[in-house]
Amino acid sequence: MKLTLWTYEGPPHVGAMRVATGMKGLHMVLHAPQGDTYADLLFTMIERRDHRPPVSYTTFQARDLGGDTAGLFRTACQDAYDRFRPEALIVAASCTAELIQDDPGGLAETMGLPVPVIPLELPSYQRKENFGCDEAFLQIARALARPMARTDAVSCNILGPTGLGFRHRDDVAEITALLNEMGVAVNVTAPMGARPSDIARMGTAHFNVLLYPETAESTARWAERELEQPFTRTVPLGTLATRAFIDEVRALSGSTRPVDENRLRQPWWASSVDSTYLTGKRVFIFGDGTHAMAAARIARDEMGFEVAGLGCYNREQARPLRALAREMGIEALVTDDYLDVERAIESAQPEMILGTQMERHIGKRLGIPCAVISAPVHVQDFPARYSPQMGFEGANVIFDTWVHPLVMGLEEHLLHMFREDFEFHDAAGPSHHGGHAPRRQESTTPAAQPAASAAAVSGGSMPPETAPAHLQTDLEDTAVVWLACAESELRKIPFFVRGKARRNTEAFAVQRGLARISVDTLYEAKAHYAR
Amino acid sequence: MTAPTPTGCRDAPVLKERGQREVFCGLTGIIWLHRKMQDAFFLVVGSRTCAHLLQSAAGVMIFAEPRFGTAILEEKDLAGMADAQAELDREVARLLDRRHDIRRLFLVGSCPSEVIKLDIGKAAERLSAAHAPHVQVLNYSGSGIETTFTEGEDACLAAMVPVLSESDRKELLLVGALPDVVEDQTLGLLDAIGVTPVRCLPARRAAEAPGVGSKTVFALTQPFLGETSAALVRRGARRIAAPFPFGAEGTTLWLKAVAAEFGIAPEVVDRVTAAPRARAAKAVSGAAETLRGKRIFFMPDSQLEIPLARFLTRECGMQAIEIGTPYLHTAIHGPELDLIEAGPRLSEGQDVDLQLDRVRAARPDLTVCGLGLANPLEAEGLATKWAIELVFTPIHFYEQAGDLAALFARPLRRRALLDRRAPRLEAAE
Ligand code: SF4
Ligand code: SF4
Repeated sequence: MKLTLWTYEGPPHVGAMRVATGMKGLHMVLHAPQGDTYADLLFTMIERRDHRPPVSYTTFQARDLGGDTAGLFRTACQDAYDRFRPEALIVAASCTAELIQDDPGGLAETMGLPVPVIPLELPSYQRKENFGCDEAFLQIARALARPMARTDAVSCNILGPTGLGFRHRDDVAEITALLNEMGVAVNVTAPMGARPSDIARMGTAHFNVLLYPETAESTARWAERELEQPFTRTVPLGTLATRAFIDEVRALSGSTRPVDENRLRQPWWASSVDSTYLTGKRVFIFGDGTHAMAAARIARDEMGFEVAGLGCYNREQARPLRALAREMGIEALVTDDYLDVERAIESAQPEMILGTQMERHIGKRLGIPCAVISAPVHVQDFPARYSPQMGFEGANVIFDTWVHPLVMGLEEHLLHMFREDFEFHDAAGPSHHGGHAPRRQESTTPAAQPAASAAAVSGGSMPPETAPAHLQTDLEDTAVVWLACAESELRKIPFFVRGKARRNTEAFAVQRGLARISVDTLYEAKAHYAR
Repeated sequence: MTAPTPTGCRDAPVLKERGQREVFCGLTGIIWLHRKMQDAFFLVVGSRTCAHLLQSAAGVMIFAEPRFGTAILEEKDLAGMADAQAELDREVARLLDRRHDIRRLFLVGSCPSEVIKLDIGKAAERLSAAHAPHVQVLNYSGSGIETTFTEGEDACLAAMVPVLSESDRKELLLVGALPDVVEDQTLGLLDAIGVTPVRCLPARRAAEAPGVGSKTVFALTQPFLGETSAALVRRGARRIAAPFPFGAEGTTLWLKAVAAEFGIAPEVVDRVTAAPRARAAKAVSGAAETLRGKRIFFMPDSQLEIPLARFLTRECGMQAIEIGTPYLHTAIHGPELDLIEAGPRLSEGQDVDLQLDRVRAARPDLTVCGLGLANPLEAEGLATKWAIELVFTPIHFYEQAGDLAALFARPLRRRALLDRRAPRLEAAE
């Protein structure tokens, strides 16, 4: 047993639902108790779908348990077939049905439905949502796809987009356009948008583009073996990765057509003098393995940030993520416990967090700006406007998204110069973020306090909180003591570098064996770490 | 106004359906109960699905250091490698060690824990003994196989009844978790009428828990408290039958029934409530302009459907087509049914696809339904009011009557506003 408050991933049957909901002409029958239909609202509310997910639930109740739950399941299958006339059915058990041991696959098979019935094994007590996606897609492909003659013109499949995927809708549009520009036709995009009959003709493509390893790597590997389709290894997240992806596609397709980079603005935006102040900003990165690793590379190589922490919640990606973290000289954090993540962020004291919805809230708590780079996400990260993460437009979107939460360069200078200014004090937060002003860990002037907490109140539906107790005790725990004068000097440093200054000074003091930090120590440390 | 109409719905035939039910399980009740009981923690013993449900339904609240969590069963708990009871003891000890403010701990059963017959009752007894007197440990089931949505609150309150202290005072017990502001208004009204003393179940803190005994009379403020009601009756208490305090009429009838029990004449209630009644009528009339003559369809969700249909048809001039409820407790819902003019179809239980066929055929002006159905119906051109808001929003008693009506008027007003400005978009695909 493990006490859990927040889960980065849902159970595996939710992953299977993401595959089913992404597809058309497919229906899923889930053996599940009344109540498990809650998952529908993820699709109808967060993703704002305008139809019900194509999922029928048996919704058994306690009074059904002694009796014929298997019969209930058969009825649900028959009703679903009669009503929706799908081209294929997938059948699975939720965590509770796994315990009552009706075998959905076996039961459905004996019914003699005139369409393929694909059973899924979803070990609910071991695996999670991403596994459910990956496994459901694999089983659908195995059941329906066969080796076939290739299309005359070079073509590929796009593998991995699903319902409820972070920016999957626009990534597919962006990458499809890029492939078309290179003269590569897209044969089938799956699971999202595909029908079972489309899956059946996946074999005619020359190769596969694997967009999201989390949801489709097993299928890509299977197709490589059984359909003899090689697949792309580079995920086109960021300018450099997109270029590498283009090279990979060229090698697989023989395409020599030029790609127009005119609309790519990210590299110039990042080189323009306005961005100089971004240099060496310390970022902490957490998310699913694919997005976290891509973000780390973009942060280091395209934005000039320093990666201060890197981690992911899905163990499936732990190995490559660990290797990348090693390469960056940091320790990888592989965990699905948000309290571990919070602790790691506190000790790294980054100037910015790139993470999921959860890290956004940790950021809010700690007063650190944050941008969202990965699922799980709230409704606002299924935007109405076009906002891919992949390809060249994705690089543009990423630049804007990451820079936006940071204090702008000029503002940073003004805060520095006029730090005692009555309306420009640091507790006011970035000027363009009035509503979401970060909460400070330390009080500035007494007068600033009500303003700060008022900002916290208007900052969303979160109740205002006081600084977490462990942060305050942390300071007491350190061996070095801040003299009052040094503490007040530290307070004059703008909030967005104060954490770093405190940390550096303490490290410096520890290194030198100093028990107290004076104003001099503070400035000596500043000189020591100057770059 | 008060006399049951001879054309009421009490004897109308009820369509009973079984099939797929599109409803929440009782775990969802934790989301509002933990706000109400300020020193309680709700520990679900369940699966990742249960944790995911709470997270999805609680939305942003999960980040405010919530006083609920899930002890997720793992492979080894099922395979019997780990003694689940020992595991539970360890997790609870760790939790209580971290949160000294917790005085009441609810172990909440789920479908997985029920199916493997994990005895959380035994666990609660053992843990209660281990952590007494500081923490009281209780248990109930919020599983989907046994409870639907608001029945989770019923199961929770019912679990508290046996451990309430014995009382021999004539006392009114208000039963049902009301938002604090509404609870305070209600206590104020009862006091003005002369009904004293009054206690609440649930109490905000463990120390304020009411007593119960054969002189206790209680009034339900929510229609889904059948088990709690039965448990109180078993302790010797008596229920005051009344319609529920929704709208001016419901509130007045509810107050009069309570007053009568304390020997207070209806005229006293009329006098004391004249001003708030007038305010409520005025506030309701605004929204009623939008609602009058509109046809409404209730899909089953919370058991609030019947009292709300009564309020909307009698005070807002709406016409009910179908009133679906997950369960129909004749004893509790009867006084409400008496007030609803014959005509609407009553349905209990659900076969969601068949019911949606009826919605489509009837094309109501407003459909009350869950979040999994609302957007799909909107995309078909049908206005909806999502039902969960009705348990998260203060809607009881006089001062909230206008807000309650407005909750139903808003989707219709919005629709009219948007339609005037833009041509209808094709439903996106
Ligand atoms: S208030 Fe809502 S949108 Fe804003 S951070 Fe919290 S959950 Fe997200
Ligand atoms: S229906 Fe059962 S398994 Fe599903 S979330 Fe509710 S208690 Fe858990």
